[in-house]
Amino acid sequence: MSIETIWVLAEVADGKPITTSLELITQARSLAGTVEAVAWGPGTADVAGTLGEHGVTTVHDVGDIGDALPGVPVASAVAAAVAAGKGPDAILFPATYDGRDIAGRLSAKLDRPVLTNVVGLSADDGGLVSQHAIFGGTQVVTARFTGEGPGIFVVRAKSFAAEPSGGAAAAVVPLAVDDTGATNTAVVVARHVEERSGPKLDEADVVVSGGRGLGEKDSYAMIEELAGLLKGAPGASRAIVDAGWVPYAYQVGQTGKTVKPTVYLACGISGATQHLVGMKNAKNIIAINKDQDAPIFTVADLGIVGDVHKVVPKLIEALKARG
Amino acid sequence: MNVVVCVKQIPDPAAPAALDPGTHNLVRSGKLILDDSDAYGVEMALQLADAAGGGEVTLVSMAPNGETSGLRTALAMGAAKAILVSDDSLAGSDALSTAKVLAAAIRRAEPDLVIAATESTDGYTGTTPVQVAELLGLPSVTFAKKVEVDGQTVKVERQTEAGYDEVTSPLPAVVTVTAGVVEPRYPSFKGIMAAKSKPVDTLTAADLGLDGSQVGAGGARQQIISVVEAEARSAGEVVVDEGDAHERVIQFLEQLKIL
Ligand SMILES: Cc1cc2nc3c(=O)[nH]c(=O)nc-3n(C[C@H](O)[C@H](O)[C@H](O)COP(=O)(O)OP(=O)(O)OC[C@H]3O[C@@H](n4cnc5c(N)ncnc54)[C@H](O)[C@@H]3O)c2cc1C
Ligand SMILES: Nc1ncnc2c1ncn2[C@@H]1O[C@H](COP(=O)(O)O)[C@@H](O)[C@H]1O
Repeated sequence: MSIETIWVLAEVADGKPITTSLELITQARSLAGTVEAVAWGPGTADVAGTLGEHGVTTVHDVGDIGDALPGVPVASAVAAAVAAGKGPDAILFPATYDGRDIAGRLSAKLDRPVLTNVVGLSADDGGLVSQHAIFGGTQVVTARFTGEGPGIFVVRAKSFAAEPSGGAAAAVVPLAVDDTGATNTAVVVARHVEERSGPKLDEADVVVSGGRGLGEKDSYAMIEELAGLLKGAPGASRAIVDAGWVPYAYQVGQTGKTVKPTVYLACGISGATQHLVGMKNAKNIIAINKDQDAPIFTVADLGIVGDVHKVVPKLIEALKARG
Repeated sequence: MNVVVCVKQIPDPAAPAALDPGTHNLVRSGKLILDDSDAYGVEMALQLADAAGGGEVTLVSMAPNGETSGLRTALAMGAAKAILVSDDSLAGSDALSTAKVLAAAIRRAEPDLVIAATESTDGYTGTTPVQVAELLGLPSVTFAKKVEVDGQTVKVERQTEAGYDEVTSPLPAVVTVTAGVVEPRYPSFKGIMAAKSKPVDTLTAADLGLDGSQVGAGGARQQIISVVEAEARSAGEVVVDEGDAHERVIQFLEQLKIL
């Protein structure tokens, strides 16, 4: 089966397509002749330029969905296009909150399964195949869809690099939303932005993460301070997210963010497989842990066997002294 | 208010996991336990039913071999009863097939609210609950970090990239909860004793009107082509801190031109 057209969900945040969508578009270019995008919200026309630059020729615009959550309206619009025979051979979704919702809804609407946690995509004689990291990234599974209908893939961030191809701005065409009935009745009544200074966790060149080894919530302040001094982003293990020390958005790992910074500094983190899958593709890993047998040392380029309460404050002092 | 909680029963995550070399399915022999991710949903459901001044919490689970150990744990926490769907034809179900089974079972319980976890520990596809919602024709709110029910409306704080959204939805609805929404209670001795006699209604796929072409390996439309070892990363230099290890870190960062 040859792959002619791939659609990519182009999620927009702060007036720009999110990086993961651009990563998927870049990869889709090497897999299909035509790459198109699906977008929603009032500002689709404003991102047609960036999408076109990355290889998208047409943006299917669901338009303003008001206060609705995107899952139902966007999936309905795509399902209607597929039912009308205007759908693609495959649809790629970034593994974001909304991306997962839309993919799940679409899967049920089309009665097609969905492949999630994709970390690689390639094509062979039988069509698209996806790679999935399992068991903490120690093994790689390759899978494909069988049967009729488009393949629905939900892909993790940082699986590919985003690169522009220099295309012209994409054409914007409307994608109508079908009747969504009772399913589309959940509404957003207020949005809260939690202030975070510095670069975004999944885009930062340096990530400094803290784990349960910090001992108490207040000690997380030194992780933030160190991250700030290195112009990086603070991150966390799930243990301290679950404990309520930091918000979920800080979590690195299987159920959190995937990061690929130049340097990842793990402070008081044991290195459970679910944490490792989110960070072990960092270019360089530094770990500080008082237990020399901690699994994090098996992936660290530089391992410091020591107490975070001693090493981190000295590191902060030394960095401050350099000005 | 009647609440259904989807609870998955999984192999102990602490035990080493393996794929069956023939079917590529996760090996699910041995005793199964309540997925930790679902303990939050059970606790949330119990608290919401309590706050609403009554109503029952019903568990719904699909598991092989009539497995009930995980259900007993959740019943011991305080759920009233359970529906278990267990049937050899369900082996190898993908997330959509699982959703079809769960949706059919949930329909029987006629809940006001359905709670599931954002993702399971062993499968972590994270799409099953939304698929269930679509099959049931219900609205859904995923990634809840706080849930309240006010009359016929559920109010959720939904995690977002930037922070969180306040979302409201009319009931019935499907809500998925993240870990840490509530602190799951430990079953009391009394709870454990009571759980032994709580009703568990065991059904097959056929009882739910589903046939083999819709569920299980027969209904799966995805296929594993290969499983290979990933490239391993090797350990580097290890320094035991004698009071000056931070200097080595600085040096390392200088080499990388971070400083
Ligand atoms: C389905 C599933 C998904 C998961 N997803 C994720 C995920 O996305 N991200 C994630 O991180 N985890 C995830 N986990 C949890 C994971 O298994 C671990 O429980 C978690 O990563 C442990 O966090 P931690 O390393 O901070 O804590 P611990 O494992 O408790 O480790 C603390 C470490 O700190 C060290 N330490 C203690 N005191 C000091 C000190 N004074 N100085 C230096 N070191 C010290 C200890 O030696 C220890 O190694 C998941 C688990 C499951 C089951
Ligand atoms: N076999 C199952 N039985 C009951 N609930 C399930 C089952 N599979 C998935 N779920 C529910 O759906 C959530 C997400 O699962 P998953 O899509 O596998 O990540 C789980 O945490 C459960 O709440």
